[in-house]
Amino acid sequence: MMEFRRFRGTDRYLTNESLEAAVNCALALERPLLVKGEPGTGKTLLAEAISASLGAELIPWHVKSTTRAQDGLYVYDTVQRLYDSRFGDGDVRDIRHYIKLGPLGQALKADKRVVLLIDEVDKADLEFPNDLLHELDRMRFRITETGDEIAAVLRPVVIITSNNEKELPDAFLRRCVFHFIDFPDPSFMRRIVAVHHPELPGTLVDQTLRAFYEIRANTRLRKRPSTSELIDWIAVLKRAGVAEVKLDKELPFLGALLKKEQDMVALADQLAGGKKFRS
Amino acid sequence: MFVEFLYELRQRKVPVGTTESVALARALAAGLHESSLDGFYHVARALLVHSEAHLDDFDVVFASHFRGVAADAKAIADELLDWLKNPIKMRELSQEERDAIEELDLEEVLRRFEERLKEQKERHDGGSHWIGTGGTSPFGSGGVNPSGIQVGPGGGGKGGAMKTADARKYKPYRSDVVLDVRQIEIALRKLRAFAREGATRELDIDGTIDATAKNAGELEIVTRPPRRPNTRVILMMDVGGSMDPYAQLMSQIFSAARRATHWRELRTYYFHNCVYGRVFKTEGFQDAVKIPDLLAECGKHYKLVFVGDAAMAPYELLGSPGWGEEGKVPGLAWLMAMREHFARAVWLNPDGVGAYPHATVDAIAKVFPMFPLTLDGLGQAVGELVRGGRGA
Repeated sequence: MMEFRRFRGTDRYLTNESLEAAVNCALALERPLLVKGEPGTGKTLLAEAISASLGAELIPWHVKSTTRAQDGLYVYDTVQRLYDSRFGDGDVRDIRHYIKLGPLGQALKADKRVVLLIDEVDKADLEFPNDLLHELDRMRFRITETGDEIAAVLRPVVIITSNNEKELPDAFLRRCVFHFIDFPDPSFMRRIVAVHHPELPGTLVDQTLRAFYEIRANTRLRKRPSTSELIDWIAVLKRAGVAEVKLDKELPFLGALLKKEQDMVALADQLAGGKKFRS
Repeated sequence: MFVEFLYELRQRKVPVGTTESVALARALAAGLHESSLDGFYHVARALLVHSEAHLDDFDVVFASHFRGVAADAKAIADELLDWLKNPIKMRELSQEERDAIEELDLEEVLRRFEERLKEQKERHDGGSHWIGTGGTSPFGSGGVNPSGIQVGPGGGGKGGAMKTADARKYKPYRSDVVLDVRQIEIALRKLRAFAREGATRELDIDGTIDATAKNAGELEIVTRPPRRPNTRVILMMDVGGSMDPYAQLMSQIFSAARRATHWRELRTYYFHNCVYGRVFKTEGFQDAVKIPDLLAECGKHYKLVFVGDAAMAPYELLGSPGWGEEGKVPGLAWLMAMREHFARAVWLNPDGVGAYPHATVDAIAKVFPMFPLTLDGLGQAVGELVRGGRGA
């Protein structure tokens, strides 16, 4: 029987059965977990929750369009070495002083098990995931400048998030456990809201949720509001002491939910159209 | 039954192979499915499916396969392991995959698997989670009906596996074209060139060492502009009429081209049948751009790519349509003018090339190097654009 600590979510991060199954698969099989889903459904927070529940350190690697796979392993700081050689600072002879490990390098070098978050892997170049295949598979790599090998004592838990901006290569997908975070249904959303705003009166929760799901149902929105926006919106409502929310033109602090001008217009259209329809 | 499940997934183009099956066997051996059909559904989905586009297929196959089946856990285990032991049965396996199976310690997995099964049987007999006839079935426990109603105890009415599978809520995420778009992207990747232009932000190590040496050891940092993509592409697409059957293919090409991050600039224009003095910025023939203006704006270093079937009535190519000043010049003349202007140009034809003689296709193929719109043809066309076929 393989021994591992099962993931059950945390106080602040609620999970469902299928997310738990995916995380536990990744933990037991020691494979990277690839998480996809709409923006704002808590992909990045999942890594924090896993690290909190395992009691392991979280090493985040936020991928950008210019990120190369090499950056995650290590960077050789040539400029610093040149300067030091000019001014006689530091030990220029030892190249190791000028090799700085990237997030993946740190995760592999750690003597405890850590959680490595590779955030928004799809932001990088098309070949970026392929360049990482070997390192993620073997959990080891060699620093060419020194010949040192960095190998993980305990394989880090790797969480990879993607917003689907680019397709990921098959060879990469095959090695990952996959989970797609669904948009929460109203009853689950109610529990999420309760975690973040426990003291909110029940009637206000009902009203905000009803308005929220009605706005989300509008198919003409470019960017539909998601969980994080709902939580922010409720926080704003609370601060302002709003006691009642009705979905009409004077919906308070709509800017917290809709971020695009066209979406505001689309919603106004929907509300106006709805009224005509009803009368 | 289980292996058939895998094959049915494959049939539905869900790419499951040995890696996935081995992973699933290990997960089940570790007891991750918690001996329930629900657990099995979630574990199998996490390991067998790699993209939300396939979740719907998985649900369909799962629902059709496990409906009303009170399957014997032992039978599934045996079947899966038997199958893994004799990979020869599986025709599609490559040598590499077979070796991968050999590496796996099957005895170990099997032993753990059986232990686990025994353990569960003892622990769960008469328990709340593990019931069924004779206690051997992992499917259908305290309210879990295999044909799928609610799960009984344990936290706020979770949907049973069958119910989840039946709901098919991942249907909107299906996209059967995605793979092909990636293939096209890969073909287009070869069409790139880099140039060092703009701000000097990158350290030139060789230059720095040279300058420092010349400076008698005083450090002299030399920087240079980073390498940046320098390819500019003009994509001209024929739409409407005889091109309608290729609408799907055209939209794939278009999305692949749009997503290509390695181009400095991409301009797309639309035309119908042939170019007569102007092309359009939108598919609905809005925002006309006059060809002379276009030629004035874009230098000869732009790479011109036509996509069209080049099939039309001869008068459409050789005659002039007659509207406006530009209309007096025949279509072929416009094509030749564009060919003259740009150093590198190709024509991609979804109909294929040279299958049978066609007056206008042959005439256009004399002006532009023409390639069929297949992955191969695309590769050749990209080669032509990079190297340039014209002698001069």
